[in-house]
Amino acid sequence: MTTTRLVITASPHVHAQADTPTIMWNVVGSLVPLVAIATYFFGPSALLVVGAAVAGAVVAERVLGNRGSLGDGSAAITGILLGLTLPAGIPMWMAFIGGAFGIGFGKLLFGGLGYNVFNPALFGRAFLQAAFPVAITTWPAVGAQVKWWSLRGDNLALPFMSPRPDAITAATPLGLMKFEAKGTSLFNLFVGNTGGSLGETSALLILLCGGYLAWRQFLNWRTPVSIFATVAVFSAILHFANAKYPTPFFMLFSGGLMLGAVFMATDMVTSPVTNAGKWLFGLGIGVLVVSIRVWGGLPEGVMYAILLMNAVVPFINKATQPRVFGTRVVKEATP
Amino acid sequence: MSVFTLRPSNFRHGVHPPEHKELTAARPIRRMHFPSEVVIPLRQHAGKPAKLVVREGDHVLRGDVLGEADGFMSAPVHASASGKVVEIGLWPHPDGTRDMAIRIAVEPFSPQVPRPRLVPYWESLAPEEIVRAVQQGGVVGLGGAAFPTHVKLAPPRDLSVETIILNGAECEPYLTTDHRIMVEYPERVHLGARIMMRTLGAKRAVIGVERNKPDAIAALERTRPTDIDVTVLPLTVKYPQGAEKMLIKTVIGREVPSGKLPVSLGVVVQNVGSAASIAEIFETGLPLLERIVTVTGPGVREPANLIVPVGTKVRDVLAECGGLTDDAGEIVFGGPMMGNAIASLDTPIVKGTTGVVVLARAQTRHEATYPCIHCGRCLDACPVFLNPSMLGDYARVQRYEEMEALHLGDCMLCGSCSYVCPSNIPLAQMFSASKSALRRIKAAKPAGAA
Repeated sequence: MTTTRLVITASPHVHAQADTPTIMWNVVGSLVPLVAIATYFFGPSALLVVGAAVAGAVVAERVLGNRGSLGDGSAAITGILLGLTLPAGIPMWMAFIGGAFGIGFGKLLFGGLGYNVFNPALFGRAFLQAAFPVAITTWPAVGAQVKWWSLRGDNLALPFMSPRPDAITAATPLGLMKFEAKGTSLFNLFVGNTGGSLGETSALLILLCGGYLAWRQFLNWRTPVSIFATVAVFSAILHFANAKYPTPFFMLFSGGLMLGAVFMATDMVTSPVTNAGKWLFGLGIGVLVVSIRVWGGLPEGVMYAILLMNAVVPFINKATQPRVFGTRVVKEATP
Repeated sequence: MSVFTLRPSNFRHGVHPPEHKELTAARPIRRMHFPSEVVIPLRQHAGKPAKLVVREGDHVLRGDVLGEADGFMSAPVHASASGKVVEIGLWPHPDGTRDMAIRIAVEPFSPQVPRPRLVPYWESLAPEEIVRAVQQGGVVGLGGAAFPTHVKLAPPRDLSVETIILNGAECEPYLTTDHRIMVEYPERVHLGARIMMRTLGAKRAVIGVERNKPDAIAALERTRPTDIDVTVLPLTVKYPQGAEKMLIKTVIGREVPSGKLPVSLGVVVQNVGSAASIAEIFETGLPLLERIVTVTGPGVREPANLIVPVGTKVRDVLAECGGLTDDAGEIVFGGPMMGNAIASLDTPIVKGTTGVVVLARAQTRHEATYPCIHCGRCLDACPVFLNPSMLGDYARVQRYEEMEALHLGDCMLCGSCSYVCPSNIPLAQMFSASKSALRRIKAAKPAGAA
């Protein structure tokens, strides 16, 4: 017994199982089906674009990040999510730069995991949107017009060379709605058989994957539920006031709303820490999404809605502090 | 039956650590042999330490006073075994420091007969005499906090106590001390409740027991007196159900106001073991000389519920339980959620030691910490609705005043936040250190400054 070497740690001496890398890698795992269905719809281009975005994020994290920070899996999430928000035909070097920019400027410049204000994937995408407005809004068509294995654009273009515009493109449902006043079948929206970014097309699969994460408590369900409810109510009011506005179903299942609400607005680092704050955060995103889509100059507003709400998270946190036990205001008769 | 409507409106939040109580839950309490030496610290309770009244070389009998209470917020300590005082000096203390203690070489082959004394019948005593007898008996909260029991029996004159809650929740994993007391000595628990009710003039007593101890609930029900209002209330199994404020919320449905004492709601909470001890000092006339300790965990060969003389070194307690296993890694005094890891096998068992939990080396591996990702799990765990995430951010940059504004003072250090934190941030440890820092800052401020 005299040779026993004792360990001294602070209480509590037992811990719950899930740690941060477990959460992060579970999110990565739940994104794999989305990449798979994107590959089904968009062919090998999907893999190339997502791969390039991941490579950019991972290289930036490895070069600029703290030692060992790659292992927590958060850079991989950023890369995959960014890839899923890009069109299939975008050149790989752009996706790479977007991933590197998202991690480098969107996350590491703020201090790395846990300190960033903005969702790194959307930060990278916003950069790409500003830098390459044409490439990021060229939507390849989905379906029978092209062979599965053909590239959906000039994925292999060299950096800073103009890509060859030879792909068959198609407008996104939101683009059709906004600029051509055309509808899209709700079933296609739900299953994902529409034009759009790689990962945003199949609402069904996004809900399934998000449901898994919520069930494992790796994702707080309040944020997406709040966003969906807000968008549904707000757009329903608009639709019934004036039928030229799209139906709430169309609003919910088109564009990047599903992907953004389930996988980006729920980013723990850049969303409020309180449950009341999560409801508020979702409300703000919902209002902004519908406003941008209906009255803004862009067909899609999920990215800016989330980034704008990211910026006010500290204020939401301050405003929604929980009521501490034993501090309920008791009305007492004042003499 | 109770004429009051009990509202078991459970407290919110909390965590569910694995219980591991099966190691000792069914093992009857047994008495351990007297060790060859006991070491009795003068500080075994919250409040002022006891004042030394013996000298090196003195012979003491079992039950003799070694240190007397230093004022009302203090309790005496007694010799738990007859023998010779061989040393008075600094000794490893269960809280991790070294503190003044009296080392007694126990007389070999002694029958350990205490000095004869008169035992007054408790019913003939006035409430203040009972309070004095409880203090002289050295009874302190046996649930871990070791708050002097008699202080809670003498509330301020302008407040009246309606309800006494006996805490039999025992929500810490591994521990079965209170469980076995309730199963084996339920009459003592009820007698303790009766004495306290009379002392405080309380109308009713509620014994709260977590539902994972059905045999304890059954034993208490079977022996429940019918001439006074005593209720046995099964509680949801959830940590920290046994925290005073949580238990009060569960039993009477009201929150103890921040910064106030339970007595402001007309409630006093006592541990069931303390209640049994009060009964015992009036049954035997002996002060608190021994306590029941659960010795358990994967690092102990033969887990047991032992009656241990106060001051027994943990080395002797472990030897009584077959010793440590080869993969023993950490020895914790108390439960694994709030207990202290000890650094020396010479550390003595004190009155507040509810258990000795020996964790396996694999359980104590040093876990990598990650930055806070603001997942909010700690907010959903905190039973007093703090924002541990934000408090942790402030603690890291030593902004103690901001922490105080976020109600750091309401933190009970229950460890629920640390338990759930996926980034393994030692939140409870940081808050404990911040509380000390805040106390130092306040003490350093000149008097009169706001």
